[in-house]
Amino acid sequence: MTPALWPCPLPGGGIAEEYALTFDRQREKRLLIVPALFDEANRLRRFTAEVIRRLDGAGIDCVLPDLPGTNESTQPLATQDTEDWRDAMMAAARHFEATHVLGIRGGCLFTPSNLPRWHYAPVKGASILRQMVRARIVASREAGTEETSEGLLKTGADTGLELGGHRIGADFLRVFQTLKSDETPDVQQIPQDMIGASGLWLRAEPGESRDQADALAAVIAMGLSA
Amino acid sequence: MTTDTDQILRRILGDVLGLRPGQADEFDGDTGLFGHLPELDSMAVAGLLTEMEDRLDILIEDDDIEGEMLETYGALLAFAEAKRTQS
Repeated sequence: MTPALWPCPLPGGGIAEEYALTFDRQREKRLLIVPALFDEANRLRRFTAEVIRRLDGAGIDCVLPDLPGTNESTQPLATQDTEDWRDAMMAAARHFEATHVLGIRGGCLFTPSNLPRWHYAPVKGASILRQMVRARIVASREAGTEETSEGLLKTGADTGLELGGHRIGADFLRVFQTLKSDETPDVQQIPQDMIGASGLWLRAEPGESRDQADALAAVIAMGLSA
Repeated sequence: MTTDTDQILRRILGDVLGLRPGQADEFDGDTGLFGHLPELDSMAVAGLLTEMEDRLDILIEDDDIEGEMLETYGALLAFAEAKRTQS
């Protein structure tokens, strides 16, 4: 597994380099993976890497790019909007000549629609946001400050919001809470009950599961050999 | 219904805390949760509440979220049972 750089379009024009983890041996089948978002990205990072190792073993090249403003990216998260993320994943798919795409959880909201896609346990933008807002309310309450979801989302739509250590911009928040992943017939859905008992994104601490990584890799590998 | 809520809640806690199957059966009413288990931070509590909504088919309001209800297994179970009776 090697880090690679790819040119990511900047919102105002121009290019910034972003990182991707890759298993690239110029093989015929090349899978772009759009990672889970925010807190779930951390909890599912190891699981995602484990799936990639298995796919590499099955003869499939894999690319796991950073969304601009996350992970190793040097871009500020606060200036990203949802269109920027969609454009970024399109650009990554083009640069790495991906033939297929796998979205993981919130990553399913940003999978390029011009390629054959799998969506693993997709989640709505509103659900991700609700949970992050709730975490902030729990933390504030413990610190003796009263906040409400409604109040926070209203502030967020005007000035952006700090959620779980992520500074998220107003434009992003406004659109993100309306996003749902595509459910058109061309998208192959992989619900969690195909993979294992409970999703690793539920874990308080990042966990791992050999069985679940095997199961997800098998679904993709079989789909690609069909 | 009481037993059902108890079982579902133990399963959710097992999933969130990454416990081995059956390990959550050892929880009793006084078992400490939020503030007692370091891994159960605000983000994990938020996840726990969302799973409770999904699997117990209840709605948890902002006002419901307070330290006492999250402090012990017994308090969380009592909260969940009261919510299920309401709905």
